[in-house]
Amino acid sequence: MSTELFDRPLSVVNVGIPWFCDGIRAAGAEAIQVDWRPPALPPNVMAAFARHAERITAANQEAVSRILSARPRLVTLGRALDLIPGMTPDTILHAGPPIAWPRMCGPMQGAVMGALLYERRAGTVEEARDLAASGAIRFSPCHDHASVGPMAGIISASMPVFVVRNDEVGAQAFCTMNEGLGKVLRYGAYSPEVIQRLDWMADLLFPVLAEAVKALGGIDLRAIIAQALHMGDEVHNRNRAATSLFLRILAPAIVETAARDAAAEVLRFIDGNDHFFLNLSMASCKVSLDSARGIPSSSVVVAMARNGTEFGVQASGTGSAWFTAPAPVPDALFFPGFSKADANPDIGDSAITETAGLGGFAIAAAPAIVQFVGGAARDAVGYTLAMYEITAAEHTAYRIPGLDFRGTPVGIDLVKVARTGLQPFIDTGVAHREPGIGQVGAGVVRAPIEPFLAAARALAFALEPTLKES
Amino acid sequence: MTSGTVLTGSYFDSVALMAAAVQLRKLPGVQDVALVMATATNKAILHSAGMLLPSFAGAKDEDLLVAVIADNGDAAAAALGAVDDALRGGGPSLPPDAPRTLHGGVAALPSASLALISVAGRFAADEALDALRLGLHVMIFSDNVPLEREVELKHLARNRGLLLMGPDCGSAIINGAPLGFANVVRRGSVGIVAASGTGLQEVSTIVSNQGAGISQALGTGGRDTLREVGGIMFLEALRLLTDDAATAVIVLIAKAPDTEVVPLISRAARRSDKPVVTAFLGVSHDGPGPWAFSATTLEEAGIAAATLAKGDDVSAIPQILAARRSEMKAIAASIRPSLAPSQRFVRGLFSGGTLRGEAASIMMPLVGSFAGDLRRSASAERASAPRGGMHSLVDLGADEFTVGRPHPMIDYSLRCRRLVQEARDPGVAVILMDVVLGYGAHPDPAGELAPAIQDAQRIASEGGRTLPIVVSVTGTAADPQRLPSVQDALREAGAVVAPSNAAASYLAATIAAGRDA
Repeated sequence: MSTELFDRPLSVVNVGIPWFCDGIRAAGAEAIQVDWRPPALPPNVMAAFARHAERITAANQEAVSRILSARPRLVTLGRALDLIPGMTPDTILHAGPPIAWPRMCGPMQGAVMGALLYERRAGTVEEARDLAASGAIRFSPCHDHASVGPMAGIISASMPVFVVRNDEVGAQAFCTMNEGLGKVLRYGAYSPEVIQRLDWMADLLFPVLAEAVKALGGIDLRAIIAQALHMGDEVHNRNRAATSLFLRILAPAIVETAARDAAAEVLRFIDGNDHFFLNLSMASCKVSLDSARGIPSSSVVVAMARNGTEFGVQASGTGSAWFTAPAPVPDALFFPGFSKADANPDIGDSAITETAGLGGFAIAAAPAIVQFVGGAARDAVGYTLAMYEITAAEHTAYRIPGLDFRGTPVGIDLVKVARTGLQPFIDTGVAHREPGIGQVGAGVVRAPIEPFLAAARALAFALEPTLKES
Repeated sequence: MTSGTVLTGSYFDSVALMAAAVQLRKLPGVQDVALVMATATNKAILHSAGMLLPSFAGAKDEDLLVAVIADNGDAAAAALGAVDDALRGGGPSLPPDAPRTLHGGVAALPSASLALISVAGRFAADEALDALRLGLHVMIFSDNVPLEREVELKHLARNRGLLLMGPDCGSAIINGAPLGFANVVRRGSVGIVAASGTGLQEVSTIVSNQGAGISQALGTGGRDTLREVGGIMFLEALRLLTDDAATAVIVLIAKAPDTEVVPLISRAARRSDKPVVTAFLGVSHDGPGPWAFSATTLEEAGIAAATLAKGDDVSAIPQILAARRSEMKAIAASIRPSLAPSQRFVRGLFSGGTLRGEAASIMMPLVGSFAGDLRRSASAERASAPRGGMHSLVDLGADEFTVGRPHPMIDYSLRCRRLVQEARDPGVAVILMDVVLGYGAHPDPAGELAPAIQDAQRIASEGGRTLPIVVSVTGTAADPQRLPSVQDALREAGAVVAPSNAAASYLAATIAAGRDA
């Protein structure tokens, strides 16, 4: 046994009775108090994880190494029907875990109706509602089609989508273009101005961007995200820097490839929408995380997503199963005239950013939006630091200046969530609970713990089929 | 009347529960309050305390049980109504970014060398395993860790060159820093390995008060010297001290070490060229080991170690001990004549199990047998009721007494109550108590005990008796409570303060035996 214990100053991690720190500190030694809580799963399940710790750790290392080595790049744009696997003219993709029309929340139903109006499948709101409820439309989660969508996350057949490619493995992910704030489809609005904007995006924005991206030979999104984190973004609730960087790269190519008026219109539109990059951030995260799917024994989460009714989780080692719980209503700052009573439960695939170690997990990088988390930069740092306790790795490309360039916490580990009871922390926008109204605020939400515990339990039974329910 | 409630799915740390229970017990008409998580162990303990209500049967581990014994329904209802507030008030607040796991703690304190674990026993082993995997030395203060987990952890620790103190390791001092319940002692050349927390505290304070000092004091937990564990960490700790340049004298403390383990310890001690003092309590004859001094009490061990550390000859030790005994005899002789003929029995009210054991071994030859094992009694309250016609030494730190309430080193209420009860018994000749100071212990024990001592002596005096109350105080002048202040305050309240638990035990027995022993 080494005697190094006696040869250097004592330094203690105190897990339990807090006042034990007093005597240690009075003697001039260092002590840190751990705010310990009991595991959230029964001892027999936790014991199974302990027995298979090496297997789980090895599988998780494989999962995070795939996530970290992903190189997401915007390669082109195209029509959903032509590109998205499994897409049909009668299919509408939505955010979150699977859900049938009658159980969809107001904003999601509104967005579906808007999409049917946009697709000219219905001429009136009533027709759109009847068609959606008729059974003629097939609803399917974006996530099951290599896609993601913010808020309602609606993708219909003729919508243009970004194609983000992970050059490392050749896989692709898809996401629509961001419409901006106010009355927009993703928040459940479907008025004529909403449809007009979508038409403009398909008719003008889409071809201009497609040409420019083609001229540029693609855009490295990982590099933009890495820089944006150094400029105050966490690329979920704040995308101002990333959108600016994107625009800087894109602008010359647009000017070179588009007609003068069209170029000005497109540049002005992107410049006027701080969240334009959000959909690219989400697709980057999606394509990175998809590479970590299907690794047996891995407890790394590959998707967190909400459909406005339920919060769903998928993990690498539990196949394509969704584990769900009712979606929580976010704590938010509301726009004037709105309150929590107006808020829809949490909605959108944008929690894919947190799943990939960005968004709420990287909020320490975004002091400009700390009013969402208590107002002090220190609070934001606290939230990020807490997430290191439930993640498998630190990002090698995405780093936080305020934490001495420490990599963001990445790869939510179901076992660690169960062990600590610590809920993933998510930045989020808030939709009005009624369709057609739109965004009413923005804030933060703690993921409900039940889906993580259910997924962890499923993994434990996969590891040990003979495990007994306690 | 006993009443209670189940709060489902609400985990609270046991420390918060204890703090809340102390608060609720102060409410008018409330006799006792237990706040415990509904584990099988806690239910069994509640049962033995007569506080397990039928409504608790279906409660699960993550549910909180609240049981109240009160004078009437109103008092009980008031106590139950105050539970929420009491729980919210309990426990110090932590910064919002306090780490939530051991891993988080190490990330925040990269210099960490040791994990001190005091979470509920059923979780402690997993935390310790994590700590060992992180390369940390470990002290497990928690008890109720299964024996097989202890063995597994200790093997792993040894293989990794790490120290694993505990489970149920109450006390240690490393590089001068007190861990768990421990005292502020002089630094010096005496190294201690102890399978007993209060044993470690008693010996380290005696060494310090004798003018010598402690290099390192390592605990192993009480079970380490059982056959099943085989002294794994006792031997490792002994080796650490053997190799430690700052340690010149080694003290080994264990309660009844296994006969298969003692030879292993002897062999390891033989490899050390440092003088080794043993205090193997409850072992009638530990053989002609390679010991510089083989003590039968903690006091002897402490004095012997201090003597050796100061370079004095061990032959001086018997004289020092004899002098101390004469002093106690003289005090006994001055007290004895004031006792009534009915006053024949000793009542010991202990907070330290090892101190109770030491007292029993000293007193047995002087006063004969004691009342039987009180742990088997169905109700803690009944067990703690006065027992006429016998000597008795009660360890109020035993599980039955600590259900839903803090250890008696932290909470003196039960001891004060019991002290007053004993004073009513005309058969009681002398009351004996230990007071343990240091970090972890009550900040003002004299303030708690003094009114009860005065009450007890007034009650005895109203019955026409004098009631000597003999107290020993384990501590040092550098402890936060300050030994001399505590001793003075206890004397002022009317107690006789002895210099050690052994001396106090000898004094009490001599008073009760009524003859020179």
